[in-house]
Amino acid sequence: MTVSLAPNPVSSSKQRDTVIDVDIHAMPRCPTDLTKYMAKRWQQHMQEYGQSNRQAYVGGTVYPKAAPELARRDSWPPNGGLPGSDLDFMRLQHLNPNDIEIGVLQMVYPNIQERNSDLAIALCSAANDWQLAEWTDLEPRLKGSIVVPSNDPIASKEEISKRAGNRAFAQIMMTPRTFEPIGGKRYWPIFEAAAEHDLPIGMHAGGANGLPVTASGWPSFYIEEHQCQAMVPQAALMSMIFNGVFEQFPTLRLLVVEAGFGFVPSLGWRMDKVWETNRSELPNVKLPPSEYLRRNVWFSTQPIEETKERAELIELVSWIGWDRLLFASDYPHWDFDDPRYAFKIPMTSLQKRAVLSENARSVYRFK
Amino acid sequence: MDASFSAGVDCDVHIPESTTRPLVKYLNQHWRDEVATRGINNMELASFPSRVAFCARSDWRRADGAPPAELSVLQNKVLGRPGVGHAIVSCLHGCQALFSEDLGSVLAHATNEWIAREWLDAEPRLRGSILVHALNPDRAASEIEHRASDVRFVQVLLMAGSHQLLGNRTMWPIYAAAERHDLVIAIHAGSINHHAPTPLGWPATFAEEYANQALSCQQQALSMICEGVFSQFPRLKVVLMESGFGWVPSFLWRADKEWRSLRAEVPWVKERPSDIFRRHVRITCQPFDRYPSANELLRTLELIGADDMLLFSSDFPHWQFDGDEVIPRCVPPHIVQKMKCENPYRTYPRLAKVAA
Repeated sequence: MTVSLAPNPVSSSKQRDTVIDVDIHAMPRCPTDLTKYMAKRWQQHMQEYGQSNRQAYVGGTVYPKAAPELARRDSWPPNGGLPGSDLDFMRLQHLNPNDIEIGVLQMVYPNIQERNSDLAIALCSAANDWQLAEWTDLEPRLKGSIVVPSNDPIASKEEISKRAGNRAFAQIMMTPRTFEPIGGKRYWPIFEAAAEHDLPIGMHAGGANGLPVTASGWPSFYIEEHQCQAMVPQAALMSMIFNGVFEQFPTLRLLVVEAGFGFVPSLGWRMDKVWETNRSELPNVKLPPSEYLRRNVWFSTQPIEETKERAELIELVSWIGWDRLLFASDYPHWDFDDPRYAFKIPMTSLQKRAVLSENARSVYRFK
Repeated sequence: MDASFSAGVDCDVHIPESTTRPLVKYLNQHWRDEVATRGINNMELASFPSRVAFCARSDWRRADGAPPAELSVLQNKVLGRPGVGHAIVSCLHGCQALFSEDLGSVLAHATNEWIAREWLDAEPRLRGSILVHALNPDRAASEIEHRASDVRFVQVLLMAGSHQLLGNRTMWPIYAAAERHDLVIAIHAGSINHHAPTPLGWPATFAEEYANQALSCQQQALSMICEGVFSQFPRLKVVLMESGFGWVPSFLWRADKEWRSLRAEVPWVKERPSDIFRRHVRITCQPFDRYPSANELLRTLELIGADDMLLFSSDFPHWQFDGDEVIPRCVPPHIVQKMKCENPYRTYPRLAKVAA
């Protein structure tokens, strides 16, 4: 996909809606960009050993992706560095032409499933310092994510407490593929901290917990892995709901990022059926599961659902609620959605504003 | 309608047996000794522990709480239903989960022998499922070949949670044998737990594990499509059992979208996944999800093309519904009729062979 870098001809129009994009990926130009925010001891560790992974390769997954660095071909900055690593180019290619009023950085780097738990803590803290110093301080349209070493919930809670007062951070960032199912009590200190500080959790599809992405082992192809990764957040929602997370933390706000939203109604109906049958197993799940989905969970729009008929998409959204969807572009990744063209259905101006900005404003408490 | 479609079929009925007790007499002396000496008996799969609510309706349980395992109860509760003339039975025996392909395939063979002689012989309205130990697909294919001459067996049974994803090329001898003999591949909810039953690991509740079965089924359908199973075996039919159907529309929308972007990786997949799915895959109707109103259920039925897609099933003795009505009342009678008669006969070619 190519994007014109010339000013958009309609951008001056008063009719044009500004956009809150809840999924932008920022990357360091090189590893030392980030490690310089670590203590000397850890800088040295990173130099001598680097990160350890729960998969075959040092540098990434065993599934060759759709494109190098998962990125749009045109997103490599002209002055060098990885896609998403050059703020000026991000402004020129995405923030300005797409009228991004606010963009939330979803940090998929560094790999927080690091095996060395102390290193994970140091990396997360560095990633948080780095976001402030090199992104949000320089560009007020961008908001950061508090990256936490999620498999050490006590350390995560400390990191959240340390960062929560800074409004440059919009959310706490997690991936669903924690070492154990994410709804388990082990992870509750993170949810407790989120509720206490009134911060949403952005749960971005992905992560590598060392377990196969399916219940039957590893798929062969990226085309499978990509779709299966998008199913994992469904398992995470089941885990959180059936373990009573939203009963314990009724004000918790969870945003599911990059998993689509087509599955939402049927997931609710299915969980409601199982809840009805196994009610006695679930004394802490007081409401039908679909009501927690409706109360505590929101979904980012990318990759936009492509139903067979457009009317089906309208019906789908009406089942989920126009108030539950938040626009996301996934810039600079290959499956980027353009806010101008992603929605191919008629929307009222109210619906459009809700999805493009107002739902995000409300979930993130942006002024 | 063709007269041969007149007797309705219940496509998912269970024989809840997971011990070696009834199998011993079908084993040779070596294996009888092994079973006795080593105390090889209970192989109840952790996916379907019989005391858990969804594994048996409370009013169908025996006095000791166990699910009913007698032919007479099955005759009464399943074949006694109006419009049901046949039932396809399966035994989700835990021998499938053994890591020893020797013991596993011997017990699978004995289970098939037991089903043929003590269930199918005793009740001519029953049809069977061939149990295989799939860790060695060549050996599984031999069992299918051995059993294929008994036309009362209409399908090969596999679990949604398997040792490896079912599309894998190493599994193909099973599909070659199935296609050769007009046998359906049935993929039933539940796991042999060679991997955690969810992509997040081991869940805390049975509710969570059971709800996850819908994901396991999607992963299998996706694997079979992407690996090219249906390009290689164009006559093969797959029936997804006991994993519901509400997930079908969004699964297929996404699969088509992925294919549009990434199909260069799988050039043998020449059509949209949704077209392949509609041609090759059928789904037993239980469990019906809990819909806010009839409208959402009816729309879901339209979206999945329920007319052709769904097969009638009671899931006896699992607990999927209360009272006598297997299917919610709002489902149009012409769809119920197709689910019971025409769709099963079109899906399972061997049903008609017995009727003939």
